[in-house]
Amino acid sequence: MFPSQFVYALAGGVLIGSAAVLLLWLNGRIAGVSSMVINVMFSRERLWPALFLAGIVDGAALYYLVGGSAPVARDNFPVWLLAFAGVLVGVGTGMARGCTSGHGVCGLGQLSPRSLVATLTFLSVAIVTTYVVRHVFGVQG
Amino acid sequence: MKNVVTLLVGILFGFGLALSGMTHPEKVLGFLDIAGTWDASLLFVLGGAVGVTLCAFRLVRRLPKPVFGSQFFVTQAKQLDASLIVGSALFGVGWGISGYCPGPAIALFAAPNWELWVFVPAMLTGYAVQRIVKNKLRPNDTEADDSSVCG
Repeated sequence: MFPSQFVYALAGGVLIGSAAVLLLWLNGRIAGVSSMVINVMFSRERLWPALFLAGIVDGAALYYLVGGSAPVARDNFPVWLLAFAGVLVGVGTGMARGCTSGHGVCGLGQLSPRSLVATLTFLSVAIVTTYVVRHVFGVQG
Repeated sequence: MKNVVTLLVGILFGFGLALSGMTHPEKVLGFLDIAGTWDASLLFVLGGAVGVTLCAFRLVRRLPKPVFGSQFFVTQAKQLDASLIVGSALFGVGWGISGYCPGPAIALFAAPNWELWVFVPAMLTGYAVQRIVKNKLRPNDTEADDSSVCG
């Protein structure tokens, strides 16, 4: 168990990074998922981000199809809490103009100071939040 | 050609995301939960991805333009403003509660369950609210309209 999940994580990370490089090299675009969602919702330039998002769904489906384990719903997770988290992810990545992919993968790859600050902020706040939710309030899926 | 490339690269991204374990919110929370039985493996996702982009973006940006496009759409923003920091913090709270960041949330459509129908509409509502508030406060700021928004 120990080595394989690290290998999957590293291999998956390399694929994600490679996809980000290919998108910039071939099409000149940044692989930032939150920006793509925003552009599909509000901009006139909807086609390419919609295609990329559809690709994400297809790629994940392909992995589950070839035998990769698909996520299972957490039936004991409070619905209102999940909805609250969803709103925060939308408002937050909209304000910060980037998420784990845009700031984390692409921004750090460009040594962007904005992205470094964003990544350190959301990662550290997420660690504290998970601690509070799991160990102070005792919410587990 | 450009559109075919976008779709194929998206598939590669989604496959990598699922392979890495990031589409499992419980695994993500196991990574963020350093006080529990910490699952350090997801550190290798960011490490692997940034390792590739750090090396290759540098080479790509030396080119005058992308293969199938007229220019690179990359933001030049440098300012460390309040909205970057507050936004990232709010995102961190949402991510730390749920285990979903936007990519894995979209990938839920590949294996739909009830969490998809709660989380994704809530996230889209969040984008809409943020947009409306921003347009009220700063009606002349069109920066976020360009598709280069990244960081």
